[in-house]
Amino acid sequence: MTNAVASSRTVAVPARLLPALFALAFGAFMVFGVGFSHLEAAHNAAHDGRHAFAFPCH
Amino acid sequence: MVTALLAGGLAGLFASAVQTWRVVPLIHEAELYEQSSAAHGHPGVAHEHANHEAAAKAAPAEGHSHDGSAWAPADGVERTLFTVAANLLTGIGFASLLVGAIALSSREPDAREGVLWGLASFGAFSMAPAVGLPPELPGMIAGELVARQAWWALAAAATAAGIALMVFVRQPWAKAAAVALLVLPHAIGAPDGGSGGSVPPELVARFVTNSLAATGLFWLVLGGAVGGIYRRLRD
Repeated sequence: MTNAVASSRTVAVPARLLPALFALAFGAFMVFGVGFSHLEAAHNAAHDGRHAFAFPCH
Repeated sequence: MVTALLAGGLAGLFASAVQTWRVVPLIHEAELYEQSSAAHGHPGVAHEHANHEAAAKAAPAEGHSHDGSAWAPADGVERTLFTVAANLLTGIGFASLLVGAIALSSREPDAREGVLWGLASFGAFSMAPAVGLPPELPGMIAGELVARQAWWALAAAATAAGIALMVFVRQPWAKAAAVALLVLPHAIGAPDGGSGGSVPPELVARFVTNSLAATGLFWLVLGGAVGGIYRRLRD
């Protein structure tokens, strides 16, 4: 019973590996773009959000 | 992908509301100290903030900027809208990281398990970096930017990996490796900060607690939404 419940909640890893890595790469790109970009315009636009999320800013 | 867009958008909007209420006013208050200390040539903030006053004089409607020539949203509605946009993108980015991590774990969380993922992410992306690099206000003194960003990323990655090992791998070696990963960034140590900023400590203290609380709420909403939507889209 416990096994059946456990296996119904899990899916094989390999089929999901590529989409998972893509999601991680996309997420990292977005977070770094908003939080870490050194472009002045990007810094100024995202300024208050950067401070609020405690990204290193100045 | 749809999960990340929906959950990230929702959490980004939610965070914007909380920040506008509790956090952004403190940032704006700190900028007044930052600007007045730059105007009086406070030695502690002389580095790259010296051109603030000049920028403010040249374009009084412009918002916060390090460089008078660079574009910045005008204070008021425009600045708020850009902050909301930045929060939406941040939310979608963090949601995508969360979706990727959940897919790698092969779990199919519901909203309740999603909240736990959000709590763990708050630890990895907010608390662990904040231990070495406390949330900063404009006008606070801090070390070199690239070094701090690198340490922030190291702290977040090592803490996330440590929590994953601790939770998902049952062998004793994994627990030991997890502890090592959790300790590693703090054993290395964050880049040196500094002291003598222009912002009153009372304001800094309120900012640190309010910004961390707002970020914690953001992560709870994001985790719950990712869990709830992720499960539903698979069914």
